[in-house]
Amino acid sequence: MGALLVLLPLLGVVLLNLPLGKLAEKLALPLGGVLCLAQAAVILAAPASFWDQALFLPGGVSVAELFHASFPVDSLARVMFLSIATVGFCSGLVAKYTMADEQTQFRFANLLILALAGLNGIILVRDLLGLYVFLEITAVASFVLIALERGKAAFDGAFKYLVLSAVATAMIVAGLALLFIVAGSTSFDAVAEALKTSGSSQLALAAVAFFLCGLAIKAGLVPFHGWLPTAYASAPSAVSVLLAGIVTKTSGVYTLIRLVDAVFGYGPAVRQVLLVGGLVSIVVGALGALGQKDMKRMLAFSSISQMGYVVLGLGAGPGLGLAGAIFHLFNHSIFKTLLFVNSAAVEQQSGTRDMDKLGGISAKMPVTGTTSVLAMLSTAGIPPLSGFWSKLLIVAGVWQAGHPAFSAAAVIASVLTLAYFLSMQRRVFFGKVADSCAGLKEASAWGLVPALLLAAITVGLGVTAPWLFQTFLLDVGSIL
Amino acid sequence: MNNFWIENFRLVIITAALLFTVGLYCILVTRNMIRVLIGMELLTKAVTLLLVLAGAVTGRMAMAQALIITLIVMEVVAITVAAGVVVGAFRHTGNVSTESLDEAKG
Amino acid sequence: MTIATYILFAAIVVCALWTVQASIVRAALGLAVVSVLLSVLMFQMGAPLAGVFELSVCAGLITVVFVSTISMTARLDAEASKALRAVRAKRFRPAIVAVACIGALLWISSYARDVSPVIGETAETVREVLWGPRRLDLVGQIIMIFVGVFGVVVLFKEKREKEIGR
Repeated sequence: MGALLVLLPLLGVVLLNLPLGKLAEKLALPLGGVLCLAQAAVILAAPASFWDQALFLPGGVSVAELFHASFPVDSLARVMFLSIATVGFCSGLVAKYTMADEQTQFRFANLLILALAGLNGIILVRDLLGLYVFLEITAVASFVLIALERGKAAFDGAFKYLVLSAVATAMIVAGLALLFIVAGSTSFDAVAEALKTSGSSQLALAAVAFFLCGLAIKAGLVPFHGWLPTAYASAPSAVSVLLAGIVTKTSGVYTLIRLVDAVFGYGPAVRQVLLVGGLVSIVVGALGALGQKDMKRMLAFSSISQMGYVVLGLGAGPGLGLAGAIFHLFNHSIFKTLLFVNSAAVEQQSGTRDMDKLGGISAKMPVTGTTSVLAMLSTAGIPPLSGFWSKLLIVAGVWQAGHPAFSAAAVIASVLTLAYFLSMQRRVFFGKVADSCAGLKEASAWGLVPALLLAAITVGLGVTAPWLFQTFLLDVGSIL
Repeated sequence: MNNFWIENFRLVIITAALLFTVGLYCILVTRNMIRVLIGMELLTKAVTLLLVLAGAVTGRMAMAQALIITLIVMEVVAITVAAGVVVGAFRHTGNVSTESLDEAKG
Repeated sequence: MTIATYILFAAIVVCALWTVQASIVRAALGLAVVSVLLSVLMFQMGAPLAGVFELSVCAGLITVVFVSTISMTARLDAEASKALRAVRAKRFRPAIVAVACIGALLWISSYARDVSPVIGETAETVREVLWGPRRLDLVGQIIMIFVGVFGVVVLFKEKREKEIGR
């Protein structure tokens, strides 16, 4: 049944490109929105057993037979699918709001749906080469999306991203080839089996090292984060929303979680690398964000920092740490998307992203201001918002796993996060209304709906988290 | 055949590693965007060679070839899009230098 | 077969080294030569189908893409390109050093395929594998081709005003 999530978007793109003339252009974005909403609805409404059912294509043959593979959907997968659907939906709304002509919207919608297929595919596969295939699809769709409006800065961002993505891909496939030598197959189960017996051979170690490097580049972890701020800042607003909200997360961090859990195992060397790498990303990201003038660049560095938290939680191993990491992954996709949606609104209405020029926006754009404040508080980990709970779980998990120093450092970095966000808030949203902002109006409905939706989720999750903890989170932390 | 490659295993690994190094060096050092693409292609060749080695050494050449064919198709599309980005950048700046794109960094 | 194979390995690396420091058009051709050599190696190693793909796609199609890209972007005049050649040679000389060092390092270090041959040979053909277990990759390739088409449309097409101006 999971294969639907890849096949339906493909069908959608095929339909959109049939010669229907103007009708196709009008239908494109709505179709994207419908696909995302349907995905979210199915995830929320269907029981777990729904995903185990076989999907039958016309002709009576089941998809599992057709593809000689099964696509199991566990709790982590469902969390990711929900994030993908939510972020994709918001990205579509922002596109409607910020992209001027219908032709650009049409191309955006097609690429969005293709990226949707790619992202869903990354989550569904249980095979290393299938993983590579869908990673590439997502990556190439992202390059094109970044360059969609063909601005000079956009080409810079797209080029930097694509060079580093190519290096990352080469490392991932090199690791894949080495693992193939060790295991004779590329499926997750076969490789995991082989690593149990040959885990300490030089080939296997080299393969894991290559994989970790490649995935660190894709996730934008330090020291491979050079491409991220430029790519996020120079892309069109709807694309930044997509990139920051879900693409980097799925291609890099989710893949890391899935591979460490299902294939490499939580060996001591791997854990050490994750803990140290995570902490370094947290600190460097937080420090980097402090000095930025461009709003989107600041948000990009903040993303690097938050992904460091997720990796730190992963390093703590299954249990609290892992549960916190996955929860933080979901939360971050919600509140970071919210921040980018609002920055798109501010940019659209005021024409600039330079934080030195903006001031006192809250007076003119109350909804944008309030939702941004909520998102920033959640990022900084203030109770009772969702970010607080996920960070708490991560810190507790790392402490429990026996690394109190790392826990303490993570908490201190959290205070740093609070510092930069408070300063940005005060400058941009509160305080005196800057001259250039005198004539600002609130964003249109297209821009406000995603903001309100995401803010509601952040607050709602935060308030209900203690109750969720028992039913859902512990389950996620130990499923995998 | 299988045994020949198991014995000469390191030769192929070394060749692939050297190809990878040359490609990576090319990407790091050059100032011409098209040469960066050439470096990317060399990386792909290195990895293709590793996959062929994997097939020869494990005896599962059919699977390895299927993987290689998929890899080649994906990489062709990727390099074509990359070339498109280079051409697009050229239309803005009039040259293909990697430095002319750098805006003022924050 | 063995002497020729060893020469082949050396030739691939040498050709790659030449390619990265040659002028851009020659570099594209050098890349094609590396592809051809790699394809021959693949035939030698028992991967004929993949070798054919490498030959036709990488040595053929990708070279065409490169040459088209080069022709769509500016070229330097003779003087400027002579000056650049000297700079380039200097810049890429360390590559030879790096290659020699890494090659020597890997040659000396004692590693082997230290995994027990856990699997035996299988008798499938590539056709069976591609259309069987790897069918999902084919769906992936279809999606990728769509992405590529949109990429080309977005990136290569000139703006409409320019077309009208012609």
